[in-house]
Amino acid sequence: MPTDEGAIETLANQEYKWGFVTDIEADALPKGLNEDIVRAISKRKNEPEFMTDWRLKAYRHWLTMTEPKWPNVKYPEIDFQEVIYYSAPKAKKQLKSLDEVDPELLRTYEKLGVPLEEQKIFAGVAVDAVFDSVSVATTFKAKLAEMGVIFCSFSEAVQEHPELIRKYLGSVVPYSDNFYATLNSAVFSDGSFCYVPKGVRCPMELSTYFRINAKNTGQFERTLIIADEGAYVSYLEGCTAPMRDENQLHAAVVELVALKGAQIKYSTVQNWYPGDKEGKGGIYNFVTKRGKCMENARISWTQVETGSAITWKYPSVILQGDNSIGEFYSVALTNHRQQADTGTKMIHIGKNTRSTVVSKGISAGKGQNTYRGLIKIMKNATNARNYTQCDSLLLGDKCGAHTFPYIEVRNTSSKAEHEASTSKIGEDQLFYCKQRGISLEDAVNMIINGFCKEVFRELPMEFAVEAQKLLGVSLEGSVG
Amino acid sequence: MALVEINNLQAAVGGKQILKGIDLTINPGEVHAIMGPNGSGKSTLSSVLAGRETYTVTGGSVMFDGKDLLELSPEERACEGLFMAFQYPVEIPGVTTSYFLKAAVNAIRKHHGEPELDAMDFLKMVKEKMALLEMDKSFLNRSVNEGFSGGEKKRNEIFQMAVLNPKFAILDETDSGLDIDALKIVANGVNALRGPKRAILVVTHYQRLLDYIVPDFVHVLCDGKIVKSGDKHLALELEKRGYAWLENAGAAA
Repeated sequence: MPTDEGAIETLANQEYKWGFVTDIEADALPKGLNEDIVRAISKRKNEPEFMTDWRLKAYRHWLTMTEPKWPNVKYPEIDFQEVIYYSAPKAKKQLKSLDEVDPELLRTYEKLGVPLEEQKIFAGVAVDAVFDSVSVATTFKAKLAEMGVIFCSFSEAVQEHPELIRKYLGSVVPYSDNFYATLNSAVFSDGSFCYVPKGVRCPMELSTYFRINAKNTGQFERTLIIADEGAYVSYLEGCTAPMRDENQLHAAVVELVALKGAQIKYSTVQNWYPGDKEGKGGIYNFVTKRGKCMENARISWTQVETGSAITWKYPSVILQGDNSIGEFYSVALTNHRQQADTGTKMIHIGKNTRSTVVSKGISAGKGQNTYRGLIKIMKNATNARNYTQCDSLLLGDKCGAHTFPYIEVRNTSSKAEHEASTSKIGEDQLFYCKQRGISLEDAVNMIINGFCKEVFRELPMEFAVEAQKLLGVSLEGSVG
Repeated sequence: MALVEINNLQAAVGGKQILKGIDLTINPGEVHAIMGPNGSGKSTLSSVLAGRETYTVTGGSVMFDGKDLLELSPEERACEGLFMAFQYPVEIPGVTTSYFLKAAVNAIRKHHGEPELDAMDFLKMVKEKMALLEMDKSFLNRSVNEGFSGGEKKRNEIFQMAVLNPKFAILDETDSGLDIDALKIVANGVNALRGPKRAILVVTHYQRLLDYIVPDFVHVLCDGKIVKSGDKHLALELEKRGYAWLENAGAAA
């Protein structure tokens, strides 16, 4: 009979089951970074002058900055002159049919319940004209346009709505914000743009899924979402299926603007290549995500992170207006040699502002999981409230969980609560499940999903189901 | 044919020998009680039968319904119809009782090549069993044992037994931590589950539980061995004379 320790080890040692196609034909600029490259990127994208200037300002500022060393992650020095900063959207080699795709990858899609046509997109197979989602996307676009909702690629927005870009780009994450955000500001390739007009409740969950040119947005992605007064939008980033990706370094920026009374719900499921068992080849994910809430506005971040070799990410909310609300719900799973340093910042500026933080970290294998959070309540933010709950679950005895909560309160009428727990999946829990006939693998899945429940229930329904399956697949053992 | 046949069973934990040769035969329809002082090996016996990995079987054999029980994994034992009501039921945060039980029911059905129950059929079946233990239906939506009182946890164990319908149930110190009202509810539930095809092994320190679940046989365990067996009167005699009476007898034997 195998012991639980041994079986957990097997579960934890399961490998990412698909390889990458690295053979690319791309319309790329030469590697390295200088002002000419920045100008060339802007020119290729046919950007107006204000954009070129903005990129250059960012680049010049970036030269004065140094890479942050404070995160609790270890990786070899990145040579930024070795990176190719622009490569046109044919970067991925298209496959002719699903027959050319790694069968392991297909099995994973099947386990996740990804429809066949969508499997083709994720795997990079050329999609023919009758592909359903394309027409779905067109229908959606027409419906959105009717309500005045703008949802398009960032590049398109720069061409079609320069006034909105000019007004809001960098208004939440300024070009000088931090090393990676500044780098992104100089060289970002594309991303998503969304504007929901006053009082409009966006009738559907917006997803990069439905944006036709969502593929190949590249390593320096930029997203800007604006909900005008009283508007509501729910945005889904990524998908649960593993994406083929050739870029090792990712530095994305997401800015959310919630004007008076508006609400933005932003959900992410991230499942990028975590590297092999030794941690080689995985994606470095350095993301800056921040939202700004005006009076009575509300921003919720919900994320489920199971991929990447290194994750450095702190979706934050600036609670500028009175009575505004910020929320952060997160599940981060690290396995093998994955490292995650993630958390949130809630900056309370307005009166009666509220924030809720629920963070669930799961570590398996030799994974290291760090929660880093800042709750900052300013002097004028009277009656501000924060509640933080931060739980860690360990599988096996070679992984680690770390918590660095920072709390700064500058007035006496505010209240910040912090609760934290660390637990191991207990032998007792597993035995209890097994005594009822439930297999070890199902028991581990059940316990983990129970642990993450508070976060999953914040996800849109379908996403939540997929996220549950994803955690199962990410920890799956060799026994079938 | 006997349902459970324990032959010279020996087991150790952490290098220390606890069970030193247990012989016990249980037929379908019978209720056996194992009594004994603290440290006599009662809980070890339950755990070894259920397949807990922390215990090492060092000798002997156990046949269960014609199969070599010790060769089976804990989940296989459960699927074959062995159930244990835990002395300390564990909490599983975020997993509802109904989700947990449905997973268990379907794992067992799958083992027997039966189709899985859907949510509607499952709920219907479960509701009947809940009435048996006077349980409120809000119970199903609460996380497994989380925030349950001692009495609720034990009732939940017997409720699970009712749902999983085992051939052989081991009740490990089910009376510990129960007040008299809760004890009666639990005992009524167990009595309702007695039947010609099912055997029950009641492991207890006190005679009290046996006033409500009247056993066919009583065995006294001392220092890893059964030192005396009898009918329900043995339990009453023990109550009067104390374990010291038999501990000495055990030493003499």
